[in-house]
Amino acid sequence: MTVVVRLFASYAERFGRDRLDMSIRAGTTVADVVALLRLVPGGSSLPRIPLVAVNSSYASDTTVIHHGDEIALIPPVAGG
Amino acid sequence: MRASIVERPLDVTALIAEVAAESNGATAVFIGTVRASNQGRDVDGIEYTAYREMAEKEMLSILLEASQRFEGVHAVLEHRVGRLSVGDASIGVVVAAPHRIEAMDAVRQIVDETKSRAPIWKLEHYSDGGREWVGSGTSA
Repeated sequence: MTVVVRLFASYAERFGRDRLDMSIRAGTTVADVVALLRLVPGGSSLPRIPLVAVNSSYASDTTVIHHGDEIALIPPVAGG
Repeated sequence: MRASIVERPLDVTALIAEVAAESNGATAVFIGTVRASNQGRDVDGIEYTAYREMAEKEMLSILLEASQRFEGVHAVLEHRVGRLSVGDASIGVVVAAPHRIEAMDAVRQIVDETKSRAPIWKLEHYSDGGREWVGSGTSA
């Protein structure tokens, strides 16, 4: 199945793009997706445990990804 | 209650009018502006970006949490994105309530929670030509 990964701010600069499509197997978790992203050019410098959102809500490492989900890597936030 | 990411200058008068009601005896306002220096470096401006859908959802949750904790508050929150210059307003929070304590405490909670939870980022541009993502600990 295919999912969209969105990248923002400093992460988008590291990867050189703001989104990528990933093909994953059923049962894949957030932690699995992060592990796969580390293999993509730019991904090796990600923090050990980056914040991740799934469908616009903060998710945990064990959250299971489903077909069509939108995953977002959230760099340290700095609004205000 | 309304929480929005906007690309235009903030209109504080309009925000105050949005939460006005005869039942309110207090209106508290917070405006965050771009500071001319940060950690010893002269700042030219800040470029704000956001994960808009999630930021608006998170900011609305923050307003609802404040309305549940503080009795009678009505709040509006706007955060601007794009390139802002020194002195420009980046965030505006207006809370109206029957009494001042609830209004002021709610403003503080909303601002604090927005800064720590809303997926919004700032790229500071310095007078010396440098730039850095604030909070990421990495120069860019």
